[in-house]
Amino acid sequence: MLRRMGTRLATTFATALIAAAASSAMAQTPVKIGFLATLSGSFGTIGQDQYDAFTLAIEQRGGKLGGVPVEVIKEDDQAKPERAVQLAQKLVESDKASIVTGITASSVLIAIAKPVTDKQVFLLSTNSGPSQLAGASCSPYLHVVSWQGDFISEVVGKYATDQGLKKMVLIAPNYSAGKDVLAGFKRYYKGEVLEEFYTPVSQLDFSAEISQIAARKPDAVFAFLPGALAINFTRQYSQAGLLKTTPMLTSGMIEATNLPGLKDTALGLLGGAFWGPDFDNPQNKQFVQAFEKKYGRIPSTYAAQAYDGALLIDSALTKVKGNVADKPAFMAAMRSADFKSVRGKFRFNRNNFPIEDMHMFQVVKDPIGRYTVKTVATPLKDHEDVYHTQCGMK
Amino acid sequence: MVGLALTQVLNGFQFGVFLFLLSAGLTLVLGIMNFVNLAHGAFYMLGAYFATTMYERTGSLLFAVFSAVPLTLAAAMLIERLVLSRLYRRDHLDQVLATYGLILFLNELARIVWGQAPLFVGVPDALSGTVNLFGAEYPAYRFLIIGVGLLVALGLYFAIQKTRVGMLIRAGASDAPMVSALGVNIVRINALVFGMGAALAGLAGVMAGPILSVQPGMGDSILILALVVLVTGGIASIRGAFYGALIVGVVDTLGRAYLPGLFHLVFSRQVAQAAGPAVASMLIYLLMAVVLAVRPQGLFPVKHG
Repeated sequence: MLRRMGTRLATTFATALIAAAASSAMAQTPVKIGFLATLSGSFGTIGQDQYDAFTLAIEQRGGKLGGVPVEVIKEDDQAKPERAVQLAQKLVESDKASIVTGITASSVLIAIAKPVTDKQVFLLSTNSGPSQLAGASCSPYLHVVSWQGDFISEVVGKYATDQGLKKMVLIAPNYSAGKDVLAGFKRYYKGEVLEEFYTPVSQLDFSAEISQIAARKPDAVFAFLPGALAINFTRQYSQAGLLKTTPMLTSGMIEATNLPGLKDTALGLLGGAFWGPDFDNPQNKQFVQAFEKKYGRIPSTYAAQAYDGALLIDSALTKVKGNVADKPAFMAAMRSADFKSVRGKFRFNRNNFPIEDMHMFQVVKDPIGRYTVKTVATPLKDHEDVYHTQCGMK
Repeated sequence: MVGLALTQVLNGFQFGVFLFLLSAGLTLVLGIMNFVNLAHGAFYMLGAYFATTMYERTGSLLFAVFSAVPLTLAAAMLIERLVLSRLYRRDHLDQVLATYGLILFLNELARIVWGQAPLFVGVPDALSGTVNLFGAEYPAYRFLIIGVGLLVALGLYFAIQKTRVGMLIRAGASDAPMVSALGVNIVRINALVFGMGAALAGLAGVMAGPILSVQPGMGDSILILALVVLVTGGIASIRGAFYGALIVGVVDTLGRAYLPGLFHLVFSRQVAQAAGPAVASMLIYLLMAVVLAVRPQGLFPVKHG
């Protein structure tokens, strides 16, 4: 009797110990996520917004995603592809990250895509979606939760056509993304393009181009001048008195990161994007409110994308119960994109790039005097990129 | 067409005058003190930040200008005393490395104090409009830049050519030991030259605020243009900096305005579209290369003797 009780006690004790050991082992080995983004330099504000939103989602879940603890290892690529490749290798090989995410610049994503996916590590871009990786070079390990690079200008091209703008002048920086964006615009714009300006990335003064715009008298201007260029161009355009006569349609310029630097100058500007803080769905309301409460500013599209990225990982980890090592299962879980996006509906195309609605926004003042954007039109519904047909995946 | 051509020349002129404000100080420091100061662009950034902060606090542009320039001067003198004065006797490589380090330090400092995001700088209503010029609208604020730049050029010319201090500065540039032997405090002359250069960079920063984005690192790209002006115009000469800046400004602006069009006349559409903007953006560097090859001392060198 006594002996039997002793055995039972011992068994119970042992079981409890094993259980405790197992749970503590799980607590000790969280899923490692490498967060590689541009956190300094002129794109530094973008990377910071991505990081802030990503960590907000984790914080809201008590340090977990998909019910399992996650450890985020943050690295700054300074928008330098060669540096990014080294950091990606470090994240994958010495930090043993199962997922690499963040990603601000397209040059960085193009550089690290192969080194990361060749190691069968999951790569999730929360900003850049370059055409080079959307077609034949697509990979089951690469997902882009934001948009394909052409979306932000295709929607503006469609909008310009819908608005009956007959003659336009286009301007973009003279690098690959600049040319892609103008190509995307022209794919949907049916009017006449009077002039295309490609300016050096380092150009500060746009007076020569602005004088020519004034002389050509187009119905409107389409500009893609991201980061500091947006501020320089918009200020100079406004000082030349053109904002009153020639509307400016933009991509990647009326971001929450730029608006405080433009204030009244930005009022009325139009821009194409996948999301705006005014979206009326519960997920988005919750996100915007939580972001403003924590960081004291309106989230940018970059923040929204990264938040969605965290939600996507959350949903996929839930499906595989935290077991990222089961790669086919995690891959299927990511592809199914079973999460509530702040943009409303969301699904992946065969190339793991989104199929989503694209909207037009206008800069306005909100009731408490801050500068923000409001939705004015949705020219493209369930929009797909043109490259997905070249992707070998199903 | 005439209106457009005129505004383009004005654009070039205005850009040139703006570059002059920046390169005048750089050329004096390099030519007279034989000191390579890459941190010059950082003084420009500080000027822009001081003006922005002052304008925001007081709402007066005039006060912002008149307080930002002395503030930049004070900051520059502090840096000169703490760091740069120790480098005067070192070789150029040490100076380049140390002042490059200063750029990184000051950019990071600006990021910590004012934040990463670009700041907003307004223009008073009187200056935010346009002026009609033979049928073409020209921004009023750019006229202000031209006016200020020309005033500074005139003032500098007068100070260096016609005053006793200016004479000592010129003498110090030709033969510093001799001037020193005559009982002139050459250290003080150097400090004056350095301070004047920094104040001009600060003024350029103040003027840039309303047209360019005020953010950490804004001085880096403009410094490259200032160096191009220096090489083109000739080192150590205010006259060289003035004409050099005007040439660079006008060549750059007219190149961007008309070169792509010319390429379209000569080449096929595809070639023109690729080469036009590329060559236009290289134009000032090509000019600099030609000047270096043909007249290494610059187009307007200092006349000695």
